[in-house]
Amino acid sequence: MTIARELFVRILAGAAVLWAAASLAFIVLQMLPSDPVQVIYGADATVTPEMRDLIRAEYGLDRPIWEQYGQFVGRILQGDLGTSYQQRRSVVSIIGSELGSTITLAVSATIFALTLAVFASVTTAGRRSHVRSLMSAIELLSISTPAFWIGLLLLTFLSFQWPIFPVMGDNSWRSMVLPVTTLGLAIFGTLSQVMRAEMDLALEQPFALTARTRGLSEWSVRWRHALRHALIPGLTISAEMFGSLLAGAIITERVFGRPGLGRITLQAVTNQDIPVVVGVVLFVAAIFVTTNIAVDLLYRLIDPRLRSATA
Amino acid sequence: MTDLSSPLSPPENASLRKLRRGRLRPGIVLAALVLAFLLVCGLWPQLVAPYDPYGLDLLQSLKPPSWSHIFGTDQLGRDIFSRVVHGASYSLYVGVGATLIAVCVGIAIGLTSGVLGGWVDLAFMRVVDILLAFPSLLMSMAVVAFLGTGITNILLAIAIAAIPGYARIVRSQVLVIRNSGFVEAARVLGQPPLRTLLRHILPNTIGPLVVLSTLGIGSAILHSASLSYLGLGPKPPTPEWGLMLSEGQGYLRAAWWIGVFPGVFATLAIISTTVLGRYIKAYSEGRE
Repeated sequence: MTIARELFVRILAGAAVLWAAASLAFIVLQMLPSDPVQVIYGADATVTPEMRDLIRAEYGLDRPIWEQYGQFVGRILQGDLGTSYQQRRSVVSIIGSELGSTITLAVSATIFALTLAVFASVTTAGRRSHVRSLMSAIELLSISTPAFWIGLLLLTFLSFQWPIFPVMGDNSWRSMVLPVTTLGLAIFGTLSQVMRAEMDLALEQPFALTARTRGLSEWSVRWRHALRHALIPGLTISAEMFGSLLAGAIITERVFGRPGLGRITLQAVTNQDIPVVVGVVLFVAAIFVTTNIAVDLLYRLIDPRLRSATA
Repeated sequence: MTDLSSPLSPPENASLRKLRRGRLRPGIVLAALVLAFLLVCGLWPQLVAPYDPYGLDLLQSLKPPSWSHIFGTDQLGRDIFSRVVHGASYSLYVGVGATLIAVCVGIAIGLTSGVLGGWVDLAFMRVVDILLAFPSLLMSMAVVAFLGTGITNILLAIAIAAIPGYARIVRSQVLVIRNSGFVEAARVLGQPPLRTLLRHILPNTIGPLVVLSTLGIGSAILHSASLSYLGLGPKPPTPEWGLMLSEGQGYLRAAWWIGVFPGVFATLAIISTTVLGRYIKAYSEGRE
């Protein structure tokens, strides 16, 4: 299969996933027990039957169900995710205005976690030492500790007890340190475990022995040869973690009172602002599909064996 | 996407393969003790807690840890240790309940999919693939958006988010067992399909799943604390760990202990179930 053809198949499959996710969202919307009109106007508000009909017509809720479905899918295809019940703004503009802050946070956290994981796996793979045991313990802690609690601890001790970093409101890089650390640590554990396991295997391969007999130092065997092998699963996990980053952003943004996609998601969930919830879910699905295709292409750059193989 | 790993070993535990014999032993004993203590806290909190978890005493508010209040008191003068002890029951309830539901539904879906095969299998697994694409916390939140907040709704939300993972594992397990010799033999001997399913396929599927579900309890507790912290769980003044941390967040500047101890208990609960789960998993695979 040529690369172009394979790419075409992948994109088609991605589109199918998105379509299915949208349909699933629509079905769940239909099964929703609460009345949208009440959500839009608040549970206490008294709504006259005429007003109710008007609202239902405005949101297209009076049409037959297959027509609603057609409109729903049609609007998504045009990049329209509907209108928020609470904010009366389009979901796309809400996501767009909050996205920047979250992307900055997520990308910084990924770089932080990846750097730490590369360092941890290069220095401790294939060795039995106290450093390695310590790293394993840190990884277990990173996986098992609730991210919001790490955030609260950082806030308590590094902002309140010893005011090293500003609490919030400051726009300098210093206000980013604690949120990035919180989010980064949450994904570091899994990333590091997977990469080190892969490096353990790579260091036992014949090519590692060959490199050593060629007189390469242990340092360059690790950095120049073994790391490449560890990066493939590292990338896979990173792509899968992109969604987790958003979930982590919900928590991090709440702890540090930052604006962003996480905050509006939480607001929407709390207020049952369903169009925003569905919009965010579809957005995450789209991101997931795109990153997966991108990572597939990146594999070929990292691992030349895949360029010729008919994967 | 091809799944190269065997149904029993998801990639995250590849490093476990190299665990040396006995290296984790003291850790495992410790984890078991911690878990036993938390179980006592969850089942009989009045045995451990010295005070009423709801008892207000405004004169004693925001007192640092001391002999009379070993974890200190919160903004309303309630004893934090007593509240943290009572909090164990909520986390255990959600952790065990959600995992139980997820495993049962996962078995039902995975078994149906694996045994029937064909388009049923195709349809089920496509849906499972799509659901697996979403991070479980986000999925739980979406479910809470539809169901509303509350401790039981959190339990259901976490269960629903965990189902696809279990369904996929059961299905791959069924596919392996369905083609194995003893099932073939039962079929040849004329055993009715339903009987083969219940007597041979089901028991061989459940074993590995029980092991994996120990690990699932830990992550369910993690998610329940997170959802409660986000305000989607029980309402104040319930002594739930995540909720206590979220309620106390405004007082951290004056009282660090409010932000520390509920988190210590939550982390201990998650770590001890994770360590035990990994050990049981390694043991069942003959690696310990």
